[in-house]
Amino acid sequence: MNCKGVIRELSNYIDGDLDLAMKQELERHLGHCEDCTMIVDQTKKTVEIFCDSAPVALPRDMRARLHEALHHKMKEKLT
Amino acid sequence: MTSTGQKRSLDRTPTTLSTPNPRRLPSSVALADEHLLVAAAKSGDGAAFEELVNRYERKIFRLTMNITRNREDAEDAMQDAFLKSYAHLQTFQGDSRFYTWLVRIAANEALMRLRKRRPNQFSLDEPVEGEDDLMPREIETWDPSPEQRYAQTEMQEILNDVIEKLEPDFRTVFVLRDVEELSTEETAKALGISIPAVKSRLLRARLRLRQKLNQYFRKGESN
Repeated sequence: MNCKGVIRELSNYIDGDLDLAMKQELERHLGHCEDCTMIVDQTKKTVEIFCDSAPVALPRDMRARLHEALHHKMKEKLT
Repeated sequence: MTSTGQKRSLDRTPTTLSTPNPRRLPSSVALADEHLLVAAAKSGDGAAFEELVNRYERKIFRLTMNITRNREDAEDAMQDAFLKSYAHLQTFQGDSRFYTWLVRIAANEALMRLRKRRPNQFSLDEPVEGEDDLMPREIETWDPSPEQRYAQTEMQEILNDVIEKLEPDFRTVFVLRDVEELSTEETAKALGISIPAVKSRLLRARLRLRQKLNQYFRKGESN
């Protein structure tokens, strides 16, 4: 596998979606290619950082509007 | 050669960067009693549905904000997603998590508003691109724990900045797969596109975000 092949399979690799033979072939390339190793590690890190980002609290007024709309809908359903 | 997989589990080996953040929890274990709340809400328990809203409102707002990048649209999309899910709760069959169903509704509400605001800039129907533009540029060593270099709010600003600059069709797929942790199949279904299209856009989104983060995370970069 060459560098282009690694990039093509990068998402499948970091998601654990590659079959064993392809995974081993890709890792053999990583064993001697510093650039691809950096790209793989940094792409994993990118995904982790976004995945770890906590959702911010809803502003109080926005939350109040949401729950008011919900209560209105609930009343509407009852009548 | 590859399988499309079900829920994504990030293969973290081998890596030379920092260890995974312990705050991260798989979405499937976060809310074990979700189905009980859904069952109660379906039988008319309004408080149970409100508890579901309380649990997911922040995540759904993050999703609609990430897709629309417009606060007003994001709020409208979030509100309509909850109201529609309440109105159509009886049609929810329980063959997926309630949260996944809700994400699908919210994503569609957000996409509708994005298309309205940027009719010529967004199309999920366009063909899958070729591979010529994939090779990354700017390959530089990153700090071992780049996220520790920035305060939490500063880091959030960086993430907002880089995701905002991503093309909407790539951004939407990335948000559903890597932030909301939908499977490839769920993402394809939610957006009405093929599995190869999801994979192609996800790869491009990840590579572009890595490239954009490079300027903040490369070794020796001062903040």
